[in-house]
Amino acid sequence: MQRFANPNKFMAFSATLMPWLVGATVLLFLAGLYVSFFVAPPDYQQGETVRIMFVHVPSAWLAMMCYGVIALSSFVLLVWRHPLADVSAKAAAPIGAAFTLLALVTGSLWGRPMWGAYWVWDARLTSVLILFFLYIGLIALRRAVDDEALAARLTAILALVGTVILPIIKFSVEWWHTLHQPSSVLKIGGPAVHSSILWPLLVMAVAFICLFLTLHLAAMRNEILRRKIAATRIMRVERAAAHQAQPAE
Amino acid sequence: MSAFVELVRRDVGLAWREGGATGTVLAFYLIVVAVLPLGLGPDLKLLSRVAAGVLWVALLLSALLSVDRIFLNDKQDGTLEIMALGPLPLELVVAAKAFAHWLMTGIPLALLAPLLGLMLNLDGAGYGPLFATMIAGTPAVSFIGAIGAALTLGVNRGGLLLSLLILPLYVPVLIFGVSAVSASITGPAPFWPPFLILSAITLASLVLAPIAAAAALRLQL
Repeated sequence: MQRFANPNKFMAFSATLMPWLVGATVLLFLAGLYVSFFVAPPDYQQGETVRIMFVHVPSAWLAMMCYGVIALSSFVLLVWRHPLADVSAKAAAPIGAAFTLLALVTGSLWGRPMWGAYWVWDARLTSVLILFFLYIGLIALRRAVDDEALAARLTAILALVGTVILPIIKFSVEWWHTLHQPSSVLKIGGPAVHSSILWPLLVMAVAFICLFLTLHLAAMRNEILRRKIAATRIMRVERAAAHQAQPAE
Repeated sequence: MSAFVELVRRDVGLAWREGGATGTVLAFYLIVVAVLPLGLGPDLKLLSRVAAGVLWVALLLSALLSVDRIFLNDKQDGTLEIMALGPLPLELVVAAKAFAHWLMTGIPLALLAPLLGLMLNLDGAGYGPLFATMIAGTPAVSFIGAIGAALTLGVNRGGLLLSLLILPLYVPVLIFGVSAVSASITGPAPFWPPFLILSAITLASLVLAPIAAAAALRLQL
């Protein structure tokens, strides 16, 4: 019974949590966007483009956090067969892909005025691009398999394989970079970030985390509802088929 | 152990008698390498500089072509289920089939690569390292490919999806393979560190890939 009880409890719990999360996200974004556009000073080297960082850096963090959520959910699904874990993994994949894409796009928009090119084959860019491909792979595999339960398990295996291999990819890409173009190591205004830039960034980071939680929770609720609707539809069709079969016999 | 050897022998025998598989992969490798200079231009200096990378990328693409066949025929005629019921653990069945795939595609591709290197004006110091890195790296290509083949087994025309899933996972093999070859040609970086890391990736994939692939197969049998 635990299998059926938990999604219901989750629905009730998330329903009370949702308004608070949405409110917190909106307020934090209002505050974060205000300070990043009007309070934070333009960087002495980067000028106004430093403001892109307030969106870029949290997206990149979220891109990695999302994969962590997927990997953890996949592990829970494979070990304990918990249906909510699959809902969580399925809901997180497109969100993670979106944040990764956002990080890549904002990064290349920042790169054009700063580095003079939209795309540089820098280690970090390349490894984030590969992370994006992994997200696409997770989504594509789930879509390609018709049987939903099977798709969930196969995707979970792929996600765990990705967890094993992601550090190797990141490490190899960094190594590849230092071998070939060590001179173009570019950092965001050096390691020390001034506090006037740092605290708007942190506000934005918390806002992004709240946004992720809201989107993830909403997507999970939608997925649970979708499955319930699909299940009731099948039941209704079966009942109708049973009714039709009766007079014939 | 004898069952393992027998399975490898069976798969190699099947691939050998079918004939087409290895030949097609080699022909594909040849044609990709032949087409690339048409796009890049016949400048020998440029070709010599990109030769190691071109040969490695084309090898990965060629291997991808055949990787989806690892389980497909045996799944379709039911042999795979008999193997799963047999005395050999499914992990070892996967390992045997991936090993047979390596014998029938990895090694022939690695043998062909130095010849194609001649066409691309690969530097003289590069042939030995090229062959060594390919022998060391292609087992990882077959074994990681087996994960993808197992995951996409039930998908209609899964080949395209397989490439999407597996090519990102091939990135470390590609990078360390090419690094080792170009290090031995241009220096000053030494050949051994990337080569040893490449070998480590291969060894890790020999252990871990059968577990993942067998888990995926069990769901579909």
